[in-house]
Amino acid sequence: MSRVVHKFTRRVPEWQPRVTPVKLDEATPEQLDALKVTPSNTKVSAYVLTLAHDVESLAVRSPLFNAIMYDEGGMSRAERELGALAASMVNRCIYCAAVHADRHAKLENDTKVTDELFAKGAEAELAPRDAAIFGFARKLSEAPPNAGPDDVADLRDAGLDDAEILDLILSSALFGWANRLMHVLGDPVRPEDGA
Amino acid sequence: MNVFDTTTATAAGLGQVGSVADAVRARANIFEMTQAAEDAVLRPNETGALPHDLRAALAARMARQAGETRLAEHHLAGAGALTNLADPQQDGGKMHAGLISFVDKVATQTRDIAARDIVDLQGAGMSDPDIVRLCELVAFVAYQIRVVAGVRLMQGAVA
Repeated sequence: MSRVVHKFTRRVPEWQPRVTPVKLDEATPEQLDALKVTPSNTKVSAYVLTLAHDVESLAVRSPLFNAIMYDEGGMSRAERELGALAASMVNRCIYCAAVHADRHAKLENDTKVTDELFAKGAEAELAPRDAAIFGFARKLSEAPPNAGPDDVADLRDAGLDDAEILDLILSSALFGWANRLMHVLGDPVRPEDGA
Repeated sequence: MNVFDTTTATAAGLGQVGSVADAVRARANIFEMTQAAEDAVLRPNETGALPHDLRAALAARMARQAGETRLAEHHLAGAGALTNLADPQQDGGKMHAGLISFVDKVATQTRDIAARDIVDLQGAGMSDPDIVRLCELVAFVAYQIRVVAGVRLMQGAVA
């Protein structure tokens, strides 16, 4: 048995789908291609097997995801993770928040920022640059999006240039997408005895 | 496709000159892939139970809820006879009420979605592949709306 995780944590839970994923041995050639399954790589997560039900979307989303989070230039990787985390906290995607808080902490070699965010949310006390980044991403992630000219001004005052601001928009918006898959199609769980 | 002709750039009113245009040009691959995603999610070859006009109507509805007029007009052009579903005040009637209430909740109250919401769709006869297709649609449009809103903000215009 496992229990559903409801609180924000950096300890990444497992993800349990609410629908039946595609079975690998029944996958079509198109699905196998999008899953990047090769004879030497047959490990595919339940999440990706779930998304394989819509193989045309999956095939375009994976390279887009990687470009937004990892392409060279612009905003630092850790700050893109902060954008992803802001969206995931607004949408309460516990799984996404855990993955990206953990990545932020590892990239920064410091848990201070994510500890503060998980403890205080929108009231977190952060250094001016992180505060501007998190504040903008949080407001852009609300529904309807609530970021305004003052929030952009805060980013510029904190020293961000247009390339960085665009990367922040992209990384937080991308998690508006990812959260609506991960948080909607499954539960973050932990084995009962591993609590 | 020229990056400035993508839906995201045109809906944000992006011109080709200036520092914002330069930033977008440096991420042209991302804007092109975003367009490819729109094509795959709004107009896929395999539609399941979600035909193109229904997808376009739902996308237009979400854009309207977010106050993104130009993006809503773009999607509305593909809604055919289903334009009424693009009106956020309409509940979808007998045929689409369950679908519309799910779409609205995923789009605007994401955090409140629970296992029950998926069980309800399954109970109404929606297949698991169609549930995944529907979530990809809503999720992609949520992304597109925020990129458009963000790029417009960068140019100094108010939504």
